[in-house]
Amino acid sequence: MSQEQIDKAIAKDYAAGFTTDIESDTLPPGLTEDTIRFISAKKNEPEWLLEWRLEAFRVWLEMEVPEWAHVHYPEINFQEISYYSQPKSMEDRPQSLDEIDPELLATYEKLGIPLHEQEVLAGVAVDVVFDSVSVATTFREKLAEAGVLFCSISEAVHAYPDLVRKYLGSVVPRKDNFYAALNSAVFSDGSFVYIPKGVRCPMELSTYFRINEANTGQFERTLIVADEGSHVSYLEGCTAPMRDENQLHAAVVELVAMDDAEIKYSTVQNWYPGDAEGKGGIYNFVTKRGLAHTNAKISWTQVETGSAVTWKYPSCILRGDNSVGEFYSVALTNNMQQADTGTKMIHLGKNTRSTIISKGISAGKSSNAYRGLVRVGPAAKGARNYTQCDSLLIGDKCAAHTFPYIESKNPTGIVEHEATTSKVSDDQLYLCQQRGLDPEKAVSMIVNGFCKEVFKELPMEFAVEAGKLLEVSLEGSVG
Amino acid sequence: MLSIKDLHAEVDGKTILKGLSLEINAGEVHAIMGPNGSGKSTLGHVLSGRPGYEITGGSVEFMGKDIFEMETEERAHLGLFLAFQYPVEIPGVSNMEFLKAAVDAVRESRDEEAFDTVSFMRKAREACTAVDLDQAFLKRGVNEGFSGGEKKRNELMQMMLLEPKLCILDETDSGLDIDALQVVANGVNTMRAEDRAFLLVTHYQRLLDYIKPDFVHVLADGRIVKSGDKTLALELEEKGYGWLEDEVA
Repeated sequence: MSQEQIDKAIAKDYAAGFTTDIESDTLPPGLTEDTIRFISAKKNEPEWLLEWRLEAFRVWLEMEVPEWAHVHYPEINFQEISYYSQPKSMEDRPQSLDEIDPELLATYEKLGIPLHEQEVLAGVAVDVVFDSVSVATTFREKLAEAGVLFCSISEAVHAYPDLVRKYLGSVVPRKDNFYAALNSAVFSDGSFVYIPKGVRCPMELSTYFRINEANTGQFERTLIVADEGSHVSYLEGCTAPMRDENQLHAAVVELVAMDDAEIKYSTVQNWYPGDAEGKGGIYNFVTKRGLAHTNAKISWTQVETGSAVTWKYPSCILRGDNSVGEFYSVALTNNMQQADTGTKMIHLGKNTRSTIISKGISAGKSSNAYRGLVRVGPAAKGARNYTQCDSLLIGDKCAAHTFPYIESKNPTGIVEHEATTSKVSDDQLYLCQQRGLDPEKAVSMIVNGFCKEVFKELPMEFAVEAGKLLEVSLEGSVG
Repeated sequence: MLSIKDLHAEVDGKTILKGLSLEINAGEVHAIMGPNGSGKSTLGHVLSGRPGYEITGGSVEFMGKDIFEMETEERAHLGLFLAFQYPVEIPGVSNMEFLKAAVDAVRESRDEEAFDTVSFMRKAREACTAVDLDQAFLKRGVNEGFSGGEKKRNELMQMMLLEPKLCILDETDSGLDIDALQVVANGVNTMRAEDRAFLLVTHYQRLLDYIKPDFVHVLADGRIVKSGDKTLALELEEKGYGWLEDEVA
């Protein structure tokens, strides 16, 4: 028997040895209808949702992996991924920060993250009854007073089935794209927000989230519905690098802004980008979209510094007359990172307006692409778009690309596109150094200046953190 | 304070400085004059450590230290300041932010505490007034959209706030009208101190009507060919550089 045959035999035995234990907390790799039934059963979901997932799965099977983005990575074997795992038990987790990678801790330190938050972020088995629970409870009470519903999507399926059933998949249909279909079939958990008519959400939905976000899993699903005349600002993510063993992330976020409502959605994404050679790192394939009714406004602000590969286009469908869409983005890539990100502004209603400000920063050997679509429909009389798309290069081994698509079917629409590409010049660095700044500090200051228009759109506390985050992410980019 | 001995330097493979020697003591004001291409600006950049300027011979000691062992920012920490002839723009970074970062970095290098924001802002506003710039300039991007004269005054403001030991002014007077020239001169004159020295690189005698130098040197073909007092500058103005070059040759 040759070595090859032996290997084969062993592998075969191993594969056959697997059994699916319905009582277990983690599924072996693989994706079939049974996987979906298992997930749905684990969550005790109603029949309609199981059917909804299964339908998504069937659609997904027929779809092909999208290849149009300007990113390159090895083919993903979707049968090698495990689609359900319970959060690690306390005993299995690191017992204290002493067991955590010192490099990760050094980064937390630089970002000025308080010790107890470091523990949560690093997945340390901390007593869950730490001070944030009381904070969270206070939040919940305050939100309940205002009538705001805010809970996990799994909870919402049981507590508010009508709302979930009405809006889930209403903005991002299951068959929208390959990863949206996959997410619809297997989504793990995520957030649900409902703001009732005329209510202004009394707080940024962020602080609570930052502490409780760990372990939401790789297929996150978020649904935010702002009823007529309401207002909400939602912040997702965290400046701290997030530890995660799942390499593939495919989230779906849906926003519904009813007449006169306003949703502001801010993201700080800092998933593990892989090492300097590009090993490891998260694949972040996200579908985010908002639907704006009459006079409504949806504003996306994102700061993207993490992940090995990012593929993400937060979009606005401006269906109602006079609705407004905004997209403010800073995407930074360093080392071997690749990002293909941008937005879609779909003008359907009359006098709809959209603004796109995109700042791409490439350092190291990374590749950073802006891809944006502005579409003015035949009925969108008087639609206006302004796009400003700036790229900044650091060093001479990185790349920046811009792919703007403009489709106008109404002669009264006005679409403006401005784009610039610049380099952090040696003369700028020299001026800064001559005044006493070290090169890394200088680059971070120049880059922060470049991003200023976007940072000012972030909630205050995060604007400062985002600046620091860029500084840490750029480390080693000046040689 | 500054001791330059037999300095040789090249830029892009071209030898510019060919054995320049110069001694500057604390409290002195030196002016360097010379025709185009004589190496005046090169000297300033070599001293401050601009990338691409290669030292091929000689030595420079500043505050008792070999400056060629130091990075550009370390020389700045030691008190070396260069007012640029053509200051670059840094869009989006406000002047105030830039000034605070620079002053903080220099103070940190000396183990001094950073100024709190309020008292720093007060200092910055005073400096702004001293160089006759509107306070609005503190909020604008560094040199962003500034006129030539505004850029020069902005350089001077940075110099005032950083309180360096050695101030090198690289043709700060060029392109300035008479009023702006006076502002610059007043700034320099108020900064003159026993523990501070100035090296003025200039084309024209005119600046020296306002800032009285202790020494005037003539740079030609990468070397100091003649040194003297203020009268040398007047002589140059009258006769041009030709007679000196003949004399040297």
